[in-house]
Parts: sequence; structure tokens; C-alpha cells
Amino acid sequence: MPDDPYSFAHLTKAASLVRLSGVGIVLVSIAGAFAATAGWLSPGRLDADRMIDRFEAVNGEHPGFRRNHAKGVCFTGWFESSGNGARLSTAAVFWRGRMPVIGRFALAGGLPMMADGPAAVRSMALEFQSPDGDRWRTAMNDIPVFPVKDAQAFYDQLAAGKPDPRTGRPDPAAMQVFLARHPETARALALIKAQPFSSGFGNATYNSLNTLLFVDGARVARPVRWSMVPHDTFVPEPAGKPADPNYLFDALIARVKDSPVQWRLVLTVGQPGDPTDDATVPWPEGRNRIDAGVLTVMALQDEDDGACRDISFDPLVLPAGITASDDPLLSARSGAYSESFTRREGEAKPPSAVQPGTGS
Amino acid sequence: MTQTFPLLSRLLHWTMAVLILAMLFVGAAMVSSLSDYSRLVAIHRPLGILLLVLVAVRLINRLLASPPPLPVAMPPLLKFVAHASHWLLYGLMFALPLVGWGMLSAGGYPIPLIGSFHLPPILPHDKALYAILRPAHTVLAYLLFLTFLAHLGAALTHALVFKDGVFRSMVK
Ligand code: HEM
Ligand code: HEM
Repeated sequence: MPDDPYSFAHLTKAASLVRLSGVGIVLVSIAGAFAATAGWLSPGRLDADRMIDRFEAVNGEHPGFRRNHAKGVCFTGWFESSGNGARLSTAAVFWRGRMPVIGRFALAGGLPMMADGPAAVRSMALEFQSPDGDRWRTAMNDIPVFPVKDAQAFYDQLAAGKPDPRTGRPDPAAMQVFLARHPETARALALIKAQPFSSGFGNATYNSLNTLLFVDGARVARPVRWSMVPHDTFVPEPAGKPADPNYLFDALIARVKDSPVQWRLVLTVGQPGDPTDDATVPWPEGRNRIDAGVLTVMALQDEDDGACRDISFDPLVLPAGITASDDPLLSARSGAYSESFTRREGEAKPPSAVQPGTGS
Repeated sequence: MTQTFPLLSRLLHWTMAVLILAMLFVGAAMVSSLSDYSRLVAIHRPLGILLLVLVAVRLINRLLASPPPLPVAMPPLLKFVAHASHWLLYGLMFALPLVGWGMLSAGGYPIPLIGSFHLPPILPHDKALYAILRPAHTVLAYLLFLTFLAHLGAALTHALVFKDGVFRSMVK
């Protein structure tokens, strides 16, 4: 009588068992390849999860807040494009005309309640809502170059800068070791120290630091770095630190209440040989600079329910006409911001330190 | 003795098998590497949407052209597991791209596919929705991977141990 292929007797025959183990080996191999791809077999691989874990290890856990640039305030306003940028990129952001923007001012660092101070890096994040529905997001800092060149260096620098629980200050020896390994960081920090900070948010220049490629109508791609240059006069940061822990944000709130605050968007076009993959290195002077338009900040909102709260200012949210360069920080930022965003969107957010109130 | 699947069904099956496995690997790779993240996400989005289109075509095809019956001799429990797992696969093949699209909508992200072509949002920009859908995408993806492994294991068992023509019905 024919053997029932589904019977226990058939399955436990020696030949069947050999074949079944073959099937098992195939499945285990595929599962193993998947585990290797997912990084489960290489605990040292730097992924977004580990990067954000390190922010939390260094700064403590602050649910609901951004894991970096944690203290901030939302803004709304306009960008009035001059049309000059259209020479460099087909993006609708550069068509002549006005478009709404959403943005955020913040202090670098993962402490949402930190006191404002002269040493903190200030930032401006921005989303251009261009007439064709496209979006351009950018997050800029008021320093001339970025201190590190890639994600691993950022990760290692975070650990080196972690305050020692006994002294409350970073261990200088750890930073020395880091700087010895990263001469590019030592050079960048010297450039950052050499440039005086401004007295407030409203008269600071915010720089892209990273390079993107702007693609024109003839499909020519050119490396571009950009800056927001303030209309308000530059006044150097006064010595000493006021007692008000929010003095920088309070001054910004007063400034915006007084009248809209403006910046010019200046595009700097790189020349062949200018580094596109290293944000620690400035471009030489004398590069072609294009005035692309004027940003007007009309109003501030607290980020507890302001429009910027649920936005990730991912530097690779780009309109058609702007694309990524070979700068390794771009992909790293994109991945890390996504993870920071995912964590904070899943958490209830306590009130922010900065409360502009209504009507500002 | 067993009939085979129509050519269109077989084509859809094997194309999607390759693409889905590729999607699972691309997804796992992109969240595990900061340096490859952006390049892989740019592949992941359009490929995922292509799969959504393919699974829609496939469902229509499946409802129109009924598949060959399983062997009469197959025990009812095994038949039930086979059918249930196929519908689970269909469910996941729809759910993953829809949840991917939905979570980016809820997260307020533009969703570029190719060139300047963007997908419109299918859900409102909403913190709570994003907070549910983003982890759901991960859980469903790993569930799809496990279901795929079970499916492959069953198919190979049909081919090598049961030798009942079920595997052959999808190859020729
Ligand atoms: C690998 C390097 C970097 C890492 C890991 C990193 C990490 C982060 C994280 C986790 C956030 C919070 C994101 C969120 O929850 O939405 C953030 C915000 C920010 N980052 Fe970075 N960052 C890096 C490089 C840079 C660079 C090169 C710049 C240069 C301009 C920059 C400027 C900013 C600004 C301005 C914000 C605040 C955005 C906002 O207000 O929402 N970051 N960063
Ligand atoms: C068959 C379809 C799909 C499969 C099998 C799939 C699979 C995956 C996997 C395995 C991950 C990694 C999950 C983790 O470990 O956390 C992932 C992440 C992701 N998927 Fe999909 N996916 C699909 C469709 C889509 C679609 C259609 C979109 C968008 C249009 C999408 C957008 C994303 C994004 C943006 C992430 C990473 C988000 C982050 O940085 O946290 N996926 N996907």
C-alpha cells in the first residue's frame, strides 16, 4: 500500500529526517543572514538607536524633548525669494515670491532646562513650504564649522564630553585623548573659538555647515553651503552671564514682539577642490555668494503645541533641485533625527522652559 | 496530477517573493547603519509602494483565477494552516506598505518617490498616530519575516518530503 506522505511514520523515516534537517538549515541560514544585516550580531555597529542611547546616557532622559537642541521655541513667518537662487537650483523655493515657513530657535545640547549662556551654540531650524507643495528643511548653527566630521567622531565626542558625576564637569583628560585622535576637531574648535558669538538669537548668523548639491535646469550640480545673515546689527556677546536662565530666549521674545526679525538667505557656491565631505573645514574666502531672499520671523510659539513640535528637521528632507552631497554627516543626521523623533513622539511632553505666551 | 498556478500568478508570486525579501533586508540594513541610512531609505520607499501596487494586482488576480486545490489527501488541519497562512501573508503584504505610507504621513514627512514625484499624505500629521504606526511597521515587518520563513519551510517540505505536487504547482 502506498505510503501516506503526511503520516508521522513517513515524516520520521531516516530519509525524511535528513531532508527535514536540510530544510531547517536553509531557514536558519536565511534567519542568520537577516540577523547579520540587522546588526544583531555586531553590537559595536553605530546605528541610530545607539547614537540616541548615548545622548540619553550623557544628558539623562528627558521624555518628549528632542535628544539634542532640546531647549527651544517655535516660530512662524515668511520667506520672500528674490529669484536669484533659481540660477543654481530648479527648486520652487527659489522662484521669485513669498512662501510660509515654520521654524525653531534652540540651544545645542540635550538638556531642555539648561540655563542660557554665552558658551551654548544657538540654532535655527526651518521648513520652507514652497508654492509647488515641496518642502525644504534645514537646521543651522551659529558656528562657522562643525566640530566633527562623521557619526563615529560625534558619538565618541559625546562620551568624551560627558560630565563626570563627581565634579559635574567633563574629564579634561578624556577630551585630550579625543582631540589627539581627531586633529580636525582641534582645528575646528580653534576656528569656532576665534569667531565671536553675537549677543542674541536675533543678530546671529546661522550656517548650514554641511554641503548640499544644487541642481540647475541644465542638470548641472554645484556644491552649496548657505547661511542666514541677520538684518539686526551684530553686537558681540557681553562678558559675564545674566542671572535670568532664559535671558537669550527672553530677549528674542521681546525682539519679536517689537517687530518682525529678518535674515538674508545667502548661498555660497563651492569651487572644484572645496571640501564637500568634511564640515570641519571652512571654504576659502572669495566664493561666489548669491542673495536668495529674505526670511521674516513674525511670531513665536511655545513648542508644547507649536507647529515645530511634530517636525523632524531632517537635513535630507529636500525639494527636487537639491540633493545630498558626499558629506557623511547628512545620512547620519537623517537616521539619528528619525530615531529621536520616533522616541519623542511616543512620549508625553512636559512644558518647555521657553513660554513666549500668546500674542508675541 | 496536481494542476499548476496560471502563468500570471506564478510571475507575480516569484517577483514579489524576491522584492519582499529584498525589502525586509533593506529595512533591517537601513536602521542598523547610519552611513547607509539615507541611500537605503531612498530605495525602500519606492520599492515598498511598487509592492503595494503589485499586491493589489495579485489580489484581484487571485480572486479571478482561483488557485489549484490542495491535494485531497492532505489532512484538514494542514490545509487550514496553509490557507490561513496565505491570507496572513496577503494581509501583511497590504499592511506593511500602507503602514509605511501612513506613518510618514502622520510624521509630517514629505514622501518623495522618484524624481520630483511625491505621494500625498493618507493620514493627518498627528503625533499619537505616528507613535503607534512607526513601531507597528517594525512589528509587522518582523512578523512578515517569520511568516515568510514558515512559508518557505512548508514549501520545501512539500517539495522534498511530502512530494505531493504542491511545490511544483508554483514552479511550472
Ligand atoms: C552625526 C552628527 C549629528 C547628530 C548625531 C545630531 C543629532 C541631533 C539630534 C538627535 C537632534 C534632535 C532631532 C529631533 O528630535 O528632531 C538634533 C537637532 C539639531 N541638529 Fe544635529 N546632529 C548632528 C549633526 C548636526 C550638524 C552637522 C548640524 C549643523 C548645522 C546640526 C544642527 C542641528 C540643529 C540646528 C538641530 C535642532 C533642530 C530643531 O530645532 O529641531 N546637527 N541633532
Ligand atoms: C513590503 C513592504 C515593506 C516592508 C517589508 C518594510 C520593511 C521594513 C523594515 C524591516 C524596516 C526596519 C524596521 C525596524 O527595524 O525598525 C522598515 C523601516 C522603514 N520603512 Fe518600511 N517596509 C515596507 C514598506 C514601506 C513603505 C511603503 C514605506 C514608505 C513609503 C516605508 C518606510 C519605512 C521607513 C521610513 C522606515 C525607517 C524609519 C526610521 O528611520 O525609523 N516602508 N521597513
